[in-house]
Amino acid sequence: MRVSVITFPGSNCDQDALEVFETRGHTVHSIWHKDTDLQNPDLVILPGGFSYGDYLRCGALARFSPIVKEVVAHAQRGGYLWGICNGFQILTETGLLPGTLLMNNTLQFICQHQYIRIETANTPYTHGLRVGTALDIPIAHKEGNYFIDEPGLRELQDQDRIVFRYCDADGNIAPGTNPNGALDDIAGICNTTRNILGMMPHPERAATDSVSSNDGKQIFRALEDYFTTRA
Amino acid sequence: MTGTHLTAEVIAEHGISSEEYTLILNILKREPTWVELGIFSVMWSEHASYKNSIKLLKTLPRDGDYMLAKAGDENAGVVDIGDGLAISFKIESHNHPSAVEPYHGAATGVGGILRDIFTMGAKPIAVLDSLRFGNPDNPMVKHLMNGVVDGIADYGNCFGVPTVGGEIYFEDSYEGNPLINAMAAGLLKHEHLAKSAATGVGNIVVYVGAKTGRDGIHGATFASIELTEESEEKRTAVQVGDPFLEKLLLEATLEVIHSGNVVAIQDMGAAGLTCSSSEMAGKGEVGIEIDVRLVPQREIGMSAYEIMLSESQERMLLIVEPHNFDAVKAIFDKWDLEASIIGKVTPDGLLRVLDAGTVCAEIPAVSLVLGGEAPVYTRELTVPEYIKEVQAFDQKTVNEPKNYSETLKTLMASPNIASKRSIYRQYDHMVQINTIIEPGSDAAVVAVKGTNKAIALSTDCNGRYCYLNPYEGAKGAVAESARNIVCSGAKPIAVTNCLNFGNPYKPEVYWTFSEVIRGMSEACIKFATPVTGGNVSFYNENPSGAIYPTPVIGMLGLMNNVKHTTTQYFINAGDLIILLGKECLDIGGSEYLKTIHNIISGNAPIVDLDLEAELYQVTLELIESGLVSSAHDCSDGGLLVSVAESCFGPKLLMGAKLNFTISGRPDFALFGEAHSRIVISVKPDVLSEVEQVVLNHKFPYQIIGQVTDEDSFVVNDHIAIPISELHKIWSERLK
Repeated sequence: MRVSVITFPGSNCDQDALEVFETRGHTVHSIWHKDTDLQNPDLVILPGGFSYGDYLRCGALARFSPIVKEVVAHAQRGGYLWGICNGFQILTETGLLPGTLLMNNTLQFICQHQYIRIETANTPYTHGLRVGTALDIPIAHKEGNYFIDEPGLRELQDQDRIVFRYCDADGNIAPGTNPNGALDDIAGICNTTRNILGMMPHPERAATDSVSSNDGKQIFRALEDYFTTRA
Repeated sequence: MTGTHLTAEVIAEHGISSEEYTLILNILKREPTWVELGIFSVMWSEHASYKNSIKLLKTLPRDGDYMLAKAGDENAGVVDIGDGLAISFKIESHNHPSAVEPYHGAATGVGGILRDIFTMGAKPIAVLDSLRFGNPDNPMVKHLMNGVVDGIADYGNCFGVPTVGGEIYFEDSYEGNPLINAMAAGLLKHEHLAKSAATGVGNIVVYVGAKTGRDGIHGATFASIELTEESEEKRTAVQVGDPFLEKLLLEATLEVIHSGNVVAIQDMGAAGLTCSSSEMAGKGEVGIEIDVRLVPQREIGMSAYEIMLSESQERMLLIVEPHNFDAVKAIFDKWDLEASIIGKVTPDGLLRVLDAGTVCAEIPAVSLVLGGEAPVYTRELTVPEYIKEVQAFDQKTVNEPKNYSETLKTLMASPNIASKRSIYRQYDHMVQINTIIEPGSDAAVVAVKGTNKAIALSTDCNGRYCYLNPYEGAKGAVAESARNIVCSGAKPIAVTNCLNFGNPYKPEVYWTFSEVIRGMSEACIKFATPVTGGNVSFYNENPSGAIYPTPVIGMLGLMNNVKHTTTQYFINAGDLIILLGKECLDIGGSEYLKTIHNIISGNAPIVDLDLEAELYQVTLELIESGLVSSAHDCSDGGLLVSVAESCFGPKLLMGAKLNFTISGRPDFALFGEAHSRIVISVKPDVLSEVEQVVLNHKFPYQIIGQVTDEDSFVVNDHIAIPISELHKIWSERLK
């Protein structure tokens, strides 16, 4: 795959995403937010971090960066677009995904290992994975408490667009398994055409030999499989 | 230029003694101007000049096999780790700012230490925080602690460096004067090592980063006085940080250093523009001339005095050859940062400050800086009264507990021992995807990208030990941090220190300082871990007296192959639990004595340096031979706390059944805090190999029990508790 990772001022997980895709053998490009050429990617990553210091509101300023126009066009053409953590916040701020991310109900930043359950295999990112599988994917955010209005939530549920939910090691949703108060335990969602994924947990932090969980590799592998079979 | 006639009050307000003022008159051969007085005030403050500590600091071992930049040479020490790579690391205090403004005080503490690291051309890869507060149940302490933790979290998380470890202690002596020590480590290629000495007459002085405001004026002087009831009014001496700007400054700084267009660079930390310009000139034996009107300013109407003394954050000073300025500016433009020419390098050795072309200060740079002509003092020493009293304490008068299970539960719930997870989970400890061992184990282990190597980092100091016996306490701080590094599978290679003490003009305080230096020096020589730098923080007092002497050690370890990474957690039921080391026979200074018997007395645990060094050899040999499942040092709370903590795996609780002979008093053996002990677990089928290694070193050991998969923690006939209950007590105390 050709993968382009956008760097906004304040992005800090851009290098991690580049490293993971590069070690998996993909052609990667680091794209500065003032650029206007995406380098013809198959997949665009909006990485984690604190774009523009998260001043005003998380992700609120990044959407005015010159490159974002190109990112939107890429997604509208059906290209893959994956926002992780701050990237998910940017996706909701740009309106590419519905809902919003409020401050955690603990009112604190939380960095920890977190199990999430695969809720649908009907996305490029979860293609071929068994629904109900629990993956250990670290979270690290202060504003990850997903919220959407009642009709919006029903639409997500009815259209099978909730991709990940917070759970325990056995895939159960129980008191205490939701770390931030997210509505309906939502950890990640996709758009109606299923090419855009936004999620708070960081699969790139669970996909290399140095780190303690390798469950993130399942998501990267699923995406690669989907891409190969489709091509 | 003529000086201003300054009254004795004004001079005293600047913290300058009458002898020092006479020295100033001799240097200048006239009265100083207002700006000059301000400059001398901050440069000769304790914080910048080390005037009361430098003589003793010079007795610490500073050279070793791995050193690329020694203590005092640069902003931070630099240690070679092979493969053309090096680690730059340092620890610094931000105690007084955090006491009056916990959020920004702690945040800018992290910001300052990060700048020290990336000024060297290194990319920060890890932060640790060593914190000390009063009683955590006191609402004022809670407020301070929440502010400090928030400040560290917001700054480090936004900046994008993992906060991988540290420590938190609670002792009454820190009430009102908390200790906030931040450590950072960065990775660099040898060829990117940046220098701070200004060279090349005619080169330009370039100011980059944030604009200058009125924040932090006299911060260095503020750090050099005791906190009083009125300290709250000094809030304007506390700086305000902007981690987003610092992140941009990091990227731009590394880019500009790597471009080869920088002759010298230094960050503006304590004493701001004054300190960076005079130190760069002093080190390079040249002069620097700057015009304050060329400095980008955030506020209107700032005087030359204010601009020179401001401690606004996220600023750097560069020396650049004139023809490279456009290239330098282009890099800062890319990151939307200012880069302004504010002066030039001159041949006359003077720090000359102009205000719109008019000279307002002209001082020989060398007279301002450490190692130059800044004052150096030897202070008086007196052994404090309390020392005799605590050393006379007879531990045999302490009653043996009737119920060992209850005693252990009480200890596990002591704030000093209880889990710190509620705090470290507020810090991003995984960004950069190098974190091999996450917070909670003995030392943090961080992979070195592109190699098979990893570094291990730990901070340690038991202030209570240093209060009871500063010499042994300091040896113990070095020993414990090295032991933590060894338990993770790495070899200790270098030290940075943060020396937190009371007022050095009190002879009793100064005696503890000199004893600490003596102990630290001996331990660092024995373990071949030179002191690469750090910082001294005096005047840590509150209305009820000085803090415990607290020499925090930040230890760097190197692991040549990440496969040797070891944690403290038991992993296999059936593994044998072995105590490397002797039975503990003393309880002086222990958490047990304090928490259970309400006594802070006795002698600190004595460090037998030969035994301790041998323990490192044995443990590393066992780990590198692949014989060890887990390794955890014995420290706060003693042997049983150590074994219990090994049961508390992050994903899985294990049980333990201990059955072993105790020759002395059981409570001393189980809860005493003797050094030179590590608890390991090994598979039964490698026991003979393990014993062979230990016997070859003639090292004392005892097989004390077995790891189980049952929900129980059993110790001889003394204790039987469900491990889940112990875990709950331990994990919920600081929630």
